[in-house]
Amino acid sequence: MADAALKQPAATGTEPVLKAHDLARYFDVSPPFLNRVIEGAPRQILKAVDGVSFEIQKGRTFSLVGESGCGKSTVARLVVGLYTPTRGALQFEGQNIAGLTRKQMVPIRRKMQMIFQDPYASLNPRWRVVDIIAEPLRFFDLTSGEAATQKRVGELLSFVGLSPKDGLKYPHEFSGGQRQRISIARALATRPRFLICDEPTSALDVSVQAQILNLMKELQRELGLTYLFISHNLAVVYHMSDDVGVMYLGKLVEVAPARTLFVKPRHPYTKLLLDTIPDLDMKGEERAPVAGEVPNPINPPSGCTFHPRCPFANDRCRAEIPQPIAMPDGAKVACHGVEEGRIPA
Amino acid sequence: MAIQSDTKPLLEVKNLRIEFPTRRGVLTAVDDISFDIMPGEVLGVVGESGAGKSLTGAAVIGLLEPPGRIAAGSISLEGQRIDNLPYEKMRQIRGRKIGAIFQDPLTSLNPLYSIGRQLVETIQTHTDMSESQARRRAVELLADVGIPAPERRVDQYPHQFSGGMRQRVVIALALAVNPKLVIADEPTTALDVSIQAQILDLIRKLCKERNVGVIIITHDMGVIAETADRVAVMYAGRIAEIGPVRDVIKHAKHPYTHGLMGSIPTIGHDTEKLTQIDGSMPRLTDIPRGCAFNPRCPKAFDKCFVDRPELIQVEQTRAACWLYEKEAVHG
Repeated sequence: MADAALKQPAATGTEPVLKAHDLARYFDVSPPFLNRVIEGAPRQILKAVDGVSFEIQKGRTFSLVGESGCGKSTVARLVVGLYTPTRGALQFEGQNIAGLTRKQMVPIRRKMQMIFQDPYASLNPRWRVVDIIAEPLRFFDLTSGEAATQKRVGELLSFVGLSPKDGLKYPHEFSGGQRQRISIARALATRPRFLICDEPTSALDVSVQAQILNLMKELQRELGLTYLFISHNLAVVYHMSDDVGVMYLGKLVEVAPARTLFVKPRHPYTKLLLDTIPDLDMKGEERAPVAGEVPNPINPPSGCTFHPRCPFANDRCRAEIPQPIAMPDGAKVACHGVEEGRIPA
Repeated sequence: MAIQSDTKPLLEVKNLRIEFPTRRGVLTAVDDISFDIMPGEVLGVVGESGAGKSLTGAAVIGLLEPPGRIAAGSISLEGQRIDNLPYEKMRQIRGRKIGAIFQDPLTSLNPLYSIGRQLVETIQTHTDMSESQARRRAVELLADVGIPAPERRVDQYPHQFSGGMRQRVVIALALAVNPKLVIADEPTTALDVSIQAQILDLIRKLCKERNVGVIIITHDMGVIAETADRVAVMYAGRIAEIGPVRDVIKHAKHPYTHGLMGSIPTIGHDTEKLTQIDGSMPRLTDIPRGCAFNPRCPKAFDKCFVDRPELIQVEQTRAACWLYEKEAVHG
């Protein structure tokens, strides 16, 4: 299913496609003004993302994993400009995109597109599929004339494994997997270089998930796409990613190449997450029971926010916020215990 | 736990069929399925959306929503038919003998009552304990499901609990009056992975201790691998394969189970492409003739398009697949 027209020029240099430095987004979740005055309630700030730095190289897949509330979707929304960052820098293809106005973002949006989790909510039920996919083409004025638009929509549909005739149907006539294919076709319409995929398969059944993951990998190979992939499913992340960042309460606790992270996790939280993966090989290994839950992000614990659940925590962990430290094999870990060498590898 | 062959099954489902009458004719959502559960056994029911797994659970617990109805077959608990009981009779069995754990703990709990009151009410409905006895029992139950400081927590409301803790409360409710059978429909789907493992361990441990039979209904093979003793794989309203978990997962016999296992990415297995079952499950309105899986099956042959296969014993498991017909005849 080669499509020469969709192909990108080959990679030049090693300039990262996306570079985030100390990215942060806070939300004000204070009670209303009157309550604050009468009850003396304090202002409350939710630090959804608090100082996250990472780079994504061209043609690679960078994944963010973590439990609900860790801020992974907020990062996705910051990257596409749905939120403005409270702090930090964000560079796309060398250009700063943090805090751009909607108008300034328009040319950038053409180059980066998003695939959402819920294929039932992300397609307009009143539009025919052909119009859904043609919308970005019309908005950016990418085709000359209606005939060309129709032709291009047909190409896109066959490209994601649907029939051009399907364009005349409405979204409700498709299954979840087919709808996700439509979302992908829409995202590809503007010939983007970078796709942000927020839990693209978590609403799908496993056999359909496999179809979509295979399609995404195939598209990446053929079009040289770069992915920011967000998921809570570690097995899916392992399958899709080149590099992985593990988030906990708004911070990246460990960033490493996927093969390194899954073979040799360093941060105690990464180890905990890997321990929770059900053992489909049925080796019968007893897993260490995992205690505790993610604390309330409005009042995160002091120091390293993971310390209440960490078996290796000491006084330093309770007081001092750990900074990411680079390891010889390319991993970055924010943990005092790893730094001091008191956590067994 | 070894299950003795001479004990009688706790639950027997025989040739169950669930139908939905619609304007365009009768849809058969669950078609002729049979299985049983021994006391203390955990049976996993796994399948993709629309396979009929939740309906099977709802039928067992007597909560099938109209117009859905049991059209044929029987469900027996401890030798007594429960599928044809009047509503009031079934209500007593539900709760007393069958407990339920549902997907979303927030909707299973009443937000207006403290969890202590909900537990006490459940206990008093089904036993003749006094208020103070029931309350003591409620605190014990909360301690059993691993809620810290149960004496204090018992007077709190559902919104004061986190998702994982709420699901623990739901488990306490399900086990409140020592039921014989617990039906858990997607009990961990709404929870984070690290909490999921805790809850599954808890369900398994408590039910083994109390010799309670469990049906875990889920779409997640990982959950089954962690908790179940046996597993039934459902496809388009029928059981495609049923057998001990280890055998089904490691040596799947039915092409559907086989494809399903291959389509799950696993850590440590580097594959560029996942096994893909093309297409999707048929809608109830057009289930193909013969084996319902035939349009997606890589091994389908003539017979599959004509006759519907029944479950055939293949080594340790039973699979509804014509591929094994000969083996069954000769072996």
